[in-house]
Parts: sequence; structure tokens; C-alpha cells
Amino acid sequence: MVLEVKNLTKSFHGQQVLKGIDLSVDAGDATVILGPSGAGKTTLLRCMNFLETADGGEITFDGRTRPIQEMTKKEIRAYRMNTAFVFQGFNLFLNKNALANVTEGLTVVRKTDKATAKRIGMEALARVGLADHADKYPHQLSGGQQQRVAIARALATDPEIIFFDEPTSALDPELTGEVLSVMRSLAADGMTMLIVTHEIEFARTVSNRIVFMEDGRVVEAGETKRIFTHPEKERTTAFLKLQETLSKEEEQP
Amino acid sequence: MNNVWELFLDSFPKILLPGLTMTIPLTVISFSIAMVIAVIAAMIVYVKVPVLTPLIRGYIWIFRGTPLLVQLFVVFYGLPRVGVLIAPFPAAVIVFSLNEGAYCAETVRAALEAVPTGQFEAGYCVGMSFLQTMRRIVLPQAMRTAFPPLSNSLISMVKDTSLAANITVTEMFMVTQRIVARTYEPLLLYVEVGLIYLIFSTALTFIQRAGEKRLSAYTARG
Repeated sequence: MVLEVKNLTKSFHGQQVLKGIDLSVDAGDATVILGPSGAGKTTLLRCMNFLETADGGEITFDGRTRPIQEMTKKEIRAYRMNTAFVFQGFNLFLNKNALANVTEGLTVVRKTDKATAKRIGMEALARVGLADHADKYPHQLSGGQQQRVAIARALATDPEIIFFDEPTSALDPELTGEVLSVMRSLAADGMTMLIVTHEIEFARTVSNRIVFMEDGRVVEAGETKRIFTHPEKERTTAFLKLQETLSKEEEQP
Repeated sequence: MNNVWELFLDSFPKILLPGLTMTIPLTVISFSIAMVIAVIAAMIVYVKVPVLTPLIRGYIWIFRGTPLLVQLFVVFYGLPRVGVLIAPFPAAVIVFSLNEGAYCAETVRAALEAVPTGQFEAGYCVGMSFLQTMRRIVLPQAMRTAFPPLSNSLISMVKDTSLAANITVTEMFMVTQRIVARTYEPLLLYVEVGLIYLIFSTALTFIQRAGEKRLSAYTARG
């Protein structure tokens, strides 16, 4: 097990968005969190990387279990150095070119020497198919390319887990494919990933675990194949059916 | 007519010289200090540091809300009353720095607020601290946004240094006044000094353009 949260809770303005989430991710898992809008998927992911501070709960990482509320700034930074986050809106450093975006976490945070950082950075860019765009600035790249650079940035620090927060939702349909195929290859390489997405086909074919969330709770979690063929909960069945109809409608001319 | 032309040519270097030895150093020194004040003040207000934020707001309120000339008089003619004697040039530097710092702090703060919060979040997620993200990611982007309005302030400041004549700094305008007193040619000489200010401002406009071009590498406007 790489990461586990227990009884994670979070409220915004008195409204409880996460009502006690239990979730664990094993090494090499590609886990997809599915669920309708407003289920709390993104909030959960953001709490798991401390972009939001959860109100309560425990987190287990690197064999250490800590109450989230008690974690110090130093502990959070150490945790972040071993995890990575891919945002819906890419959030590339706008004043840095693609290579510098990828190496920033190495040279600034880990004090990696420049030559090594450059080598690792170029490898990461090659892995997402953008080695020849190393000196381009974010505004010179398409959305799909920017998101691939963001994935390379996540890979560069060799994290134990990468969080993906709706990585294709801000992209035009013709650009989602290139991002999903990069993620597919990472999954095949055994990268541990926790992914919030609405791409139901991607979830079905790439992930090995599904967590279905609704209304701030985990409704059902399990092996992807099982969830898609024999969901236990009615809500899961209904959600998957609706998603399938929607994706079929999309395919029609 | 010949006489007038001669006076113009004769006085030009005499006015230009204090421009080079007084106006420009006064501007460069004061603006540099103002920039340091502005960035620090802007960051304090941006982060809402307790205690310091209301102090900075008070400082900005006072220096933006009172005339520059009054500030010069308070420091140079007023403070000696309580035993604080400051020579003309340093007094001018103090007032111009504080005054310009107050204006530029607001410019820099607005520019910081224009940087998307996602830039911070991305910095945190690669393990950077607040200060590392600020220094390497957010502040450079904010300074790019702030560059044109800051250039504007700098150009204003070059012209405002003429007010230092009032506290006996022998800069261009004071020298011009002296020549007028001697020659009784106010129209010619005041137009002439105006022309020299125009030359300085124009030079700065060109520097601004070159600077913007250099900074535009990562902006879509490129």
C-alpha cells in the first residue's frame, strides 16, 4: 500500500463536502474515482495533497500514519516531494519553458545539479513525446501539449503516486486522446495513479480499481472489471448506465 | 534673434550638466529604493501579514494622500525644528523614495493579485515553499505585468525631481531659474529645460519598449 486515508472529512461554509472518506491505493494501481458532479471527487484529491486542509481524518504514507490536522508544514512538504499533482487547468509555470517547468522541482527543491536535472527533464519530456518542444513556453503549446508537459513535470521527481484532477476536462475532444494515451502508457509501466475523470472508457480500459463516490461518500469501490460488470449498489449501476448512454450519444454524428 | 540662438546654445550644456549629475542620479537612486519598498510592501499586503499590513496601508495612505511638495517641505524645512537636519540631496532621496514606493506598492500588489492562484498550487505540488514559489514563479510574472505602469511612474518621477529645486537641490530646474534671473529670457529658457526633460522621458520610453520586448518571451503577446 502506497497511500491510505481514513475518515477524511471536509466542509465548506458549514456544508459538509466529504463525509468520512476511506480510500487506499496500492503500489502500481491505477485507481479512478468516478461519480456525478458535486460528489466531492476533486475536493478529496485536493485534500489528499493538502491544497485544501481537511477538517479531520488520518493519512498513511511511507508506513507512517498521521492525523491530517497534526501534520506540520515540514511533513506536508516532505509528503509533497514524494507525490505529484496534475491539474485540470495544467498550471504550468507561465514564465518557464517546458524543460524548466519539468526541472524546477529538481533543481530548486531537491538541489539536483543542473546537468542531471536537464537529463532527467529531457527523459521525462521524451516519455510524453515532447522532447523537441523543450524550449517552448506554455503559451506556445496546445492544451494537450501543456498537459503532457505537466505530466512530465509530475514524473520528473519520481513520485510514489501521481494525482490527476480531471486532466482532460479542459481540453478539446481532439486533444484528450494524446493525454489519455500518455496516461495509459504510465499505467502500463506500473505508475501508481489516483485519477478523477469523467472519461468512462478510459476508466474501463486503463484502471484496475474504481472508487465510486456520491454526495461526499464512497458508495462502492473495487476491481474495475467487477464494478463495470456486477456493481453491487444501485446508484453505481444507474451512474454507469447514464454515462454509457452519454458516451454513445457523443459518438453519433 | 541671433542673440537668442546664442543664449540657447550657451545655456544648453549648463542646464544639461546638472541633469546628468543631479536629476538622473536622484531619479535612479530614489526609484531603486522605491522598488525595494514597493515589492516588500506589496508582498506584506498581498499575504496580509498581521500588524504590518495596517502599517503599510497607513504609509501608502499618507504618501499618496499628501502633495509631494508638502512632503519635501516637511522633511527639509520642518524636521530641523525637532533637531533632524538632512542635507538637500538625501532629503530629496528620502521623500522621492517613500512617495514613489507608496504608489508602486499598489501597482505591484495589483500585479501579484493578477497571477493565477494555480501558479502557487503548482509550486507547492512540486515541493516548493511559499517563498520559493513567490521568488521564482509568482513575482517574476507579477513584475512583467507591473512593468508598463512602473515605467510610467519612473517617467513621472524624472519630471517630479524638478520639485527638489524648492529644497535647494541644484538640479536642472534650479539652474535654469538662475540663468533666467541673470538673462531675463524666461520663455526661451523654460522651454529649453522642458525640452531636456522631454529628451530624458523619450529615452526612458525607448528603454521601456526594449525592456518589454525582452520580458515578453513568455507572454502570448510576444
